[in-house]
Amino acid sequence: MIRKISAALAVSAALGLCHAANAATEDDLKDLREQVRQMKLDYEKRIDALERRLQEAENAAVRAEATARNAGATASKAATAANQAAVQASSRPTGENAMNPGVSLILNGIYSNLSQDPNGFRINGFVPTMGDVAPTMRGLSLGESELAFAANIDHHFRGTLIASISPDNNSAAIEEGYLQTLSLSNGFTLKAGRFFSSVGYQNQIHAHAWDFADAPLANKVFLGNQLSEEGVQLRWVAPTDLYLDVGLELGRGRQFPGGPDGGRNKNGFGSSNLFTHAGGDIGASTAWQAGLSYLSTSAQDRSYNDLDATGTTVSSSFSGRSRLWVLDGILKWAPNRNNTYTNFKLQGEYFRRSEDGNLVYDTAAASLGTQTGGFASRQSGWYLQGVYQFMPMWRIGYRFDQLNSGTTTLGLVDSGALGAADFPVLGSYNPTRHTLMADWSPSEFSRIRLQLARDRSRRGATDNQVLLQYIMSLGAHGAHKF
Amino acid sequence: MKSIFKLVIAVAAALAALPAFAAINVFACEPEWGALAQELAGDGVSVYSGTTALQDPHRIEARPSLIARVRSADLVICTGADLEVGWLPLLLTQSGNAKIQPGSPGFFEASQYAAKIEIPKIVDRSLGDIHPSGNPHVHLDPRNIATVAQVLGERFIRLDPANADVYRTRAASFQERWRAAVQHWEQQAARLRGAPIVVYHRDMSYLINWLGLREVGSLEPKPGIPPTPSHLAEIVERMRREPAKAIVYSAYNDPRAAEFLSERARIPAVMLPFTVGGSDRARDLFGLFDDTLARLLATVK
Repeated sequence: MIRKISAALAVSAALGLCHAANAATEDDLKDLREQVRQMKLDYEKRIDALERRLQEAENAAVRAEATARNAGATASKAATAANQAAVQASSRPTGENAMNPGVSLILNGIYSNLSQDPNGFRINGFVPTMGDVAPTMRGLSLGESELAFAANIDHHFRGTLIASISPDNNSAAIEEGYLQTLSLSNGFTLKAGRFFSSVGYQNQIHAHAWDFADAPLANKVFLGNQLSEEGVQLRWVAPTDLYLDVGLELGRGRQFPGGPDGGRNKNGFGSSNLFTHAGGDIGASTAWQAGLSYLSTSAQDRSYNDLDATGTTVSSSFSGRSRLWVLDGILKWAPNRNNTYTNFKLQGEYFRRSEDGNLVYDTAAASLGTQTGGFASRQSGWYLQGVYQFMPMWRIGYRFDQLNSGTTTLGLVDSGALGAADFPVLGSYNPTRHTLMADWSPSEFSRIRLQLARDRSRRGATDNQVLLQYIMSLGAHGAHKF
Repeated sequence: MKSIFKLVIAVAAALAALPAFAAINVFACEPEWGALAQELAGDGVSVYSGTTALQDPHRIEARPSLIARVRSADLVICTGADLEVGWLPLLLTQSGNAKIQPGSPGFFEASQYAAKIEIPKIVDRSLGDIHPSGNPHVHLDPRNIATVAQVLGERFIRLDPANADVYRTRAASFQERWRAAVQHWEQQAARLRGAPIVVYHRDMSYLINWLGLREVGSLEPKPGIPPTPSHLAEIVERMRREPAKAIVYSAYNDPRAAEFLSERARIPAVMLPFTVGGSDRARDLFGLFDDTLARLLATVK
């Protein structure tokens, strides 16, 4: 560009000089030529200088560009490093509380207004379980507080301990304390220790997660409220898209329907439970699960107290086989499986039990003297409950319980040694109960519940119950069990 | 003879149509990670997403069908940062599957590879259902998707080394397309910078952070606590004084609270797909951000 300009200047200068030449002398011409030569030299010098400066500027620009590139690379390296540092900084070590087990605590309190005395509670038609089946005491009371610890032990095992602290006798009991395997693979899981038996559906759920304040009547008479077994459980989940599991539990039979209380003094096991579940989804909004379990126990000296015909409290005990079949089903519905706003849960179980063995009347010889006779019973019971969340935080539910005392054959009565009046609690009777509840859960961690029930467990005495309960959960996040 | 020949041809064609290698069974806790696995491994994976865009990922139950899927999974991809704390541990312990336990190559937590924001200084449930390790919804910043894709691609190679080249090629192709897309989205969204918005739950924080939006309130009074009339009234009052440009909510949120506020405060409300499957256009990760930006740009004037 600059060269073109200088050429143009030279040409125009030359043209201009031609005009002047006509009028000028030879000397003048010389002078002029000299001047032109000077000018040319002068311009060339200036042009050179300009070109040099331009070259320098260009070099500087290239250098600046390179520097900028380097700076950019450094900056992006710094950004990557900073990002990595941020990732590091923002990731706390995962796992429950670094290395401490996850700890959670359940607080539970209740106000109960009962039209019948809970101390006289019994479920007529059925062998008393000696379990914790009676309604809570009247008035205000603190329920059982629950303290749970759980964590992975290593890559093979996970451990869980759940203790319930009873306010009445200031004692802590282990509800569950077990290990379970993580590394057996192929769908197998082994559990060992004390755990809620996988018999039926409701039995495995801790009381604070129940949809009603108390257990169904069937769970009370067939499982002594809640069966916690000591033993081992092997469970296998099938490799299918439809959920299918099969499991076997072997236990010591430490609780009803086993016995005596605490289990027999013998090697081997006193109870076995075989169970299977299937479950899946229906459409975009419904999920289901169905289960079948068979609990077989061999009880020895499983005792209970009753008033005989003379009005004396006598202790009787059963030894023999107890077989319990439980069929359970759960159906859950939530629009598009989004249970935040509305959802519905239908749950029901059917129990069928047969017991065969001997019954010893008046083991302590406190009344008519100790006598032994045969014992056989075929009994059943069921419940069905539905819980509907109609808006966030609010749920209502209804449960119906019915027991069928079926047939109970007593050898001592058949032989005429004793009368049916000596076994009043075993007399034929079909208890029923209606329960309504409404609860409010301002967050996932708190719940306040009102429950009304009309309980006809006792022959000839309807217990109208009003319960107001709170359940609070502190610490580690609870599990959303199906 | 001819028919036998035809049969042979048909069988051969059917065999050729089968994937060249056994697919890795992927259980994705959320659809976005399922979509990412699909991008990075294509036919090499068979993906099942445990949740949909219409479900609140905090409130999932460990239902039987999920246990069954985790039982057969070779790789479980979840968000982590306590998002699935209520249900994933149950699925893992009930599955009887050692391959996908935490610490195994078959367990992948995406949020571990992203810089988390909103890490609470005080961890207390009186502040709502907060996550001690920070906001878990990292996928709404596409730069996090790129970082996670990097690590996830390597994980596929580790699980299936025989097909390492396939995964490498797919990862490189994804990263290239993703980079270009992010650039395009950032240009598109330049005018959204600084726009004040109201959210439903704080699940959009990474999107807000990326686009330079300004969150000026949430419909939930506290994280995880549903909107209350008194809290909504307070926001309406605040919006009269300093109006926001939009109210955004996720596909799984009830639109009623947002619509209520929208009407009272005269601010447009917009549903964002939140994750893959949250809207018709959000069919994959690209569609998710295309649609999110389109909806934001159409609302924020």
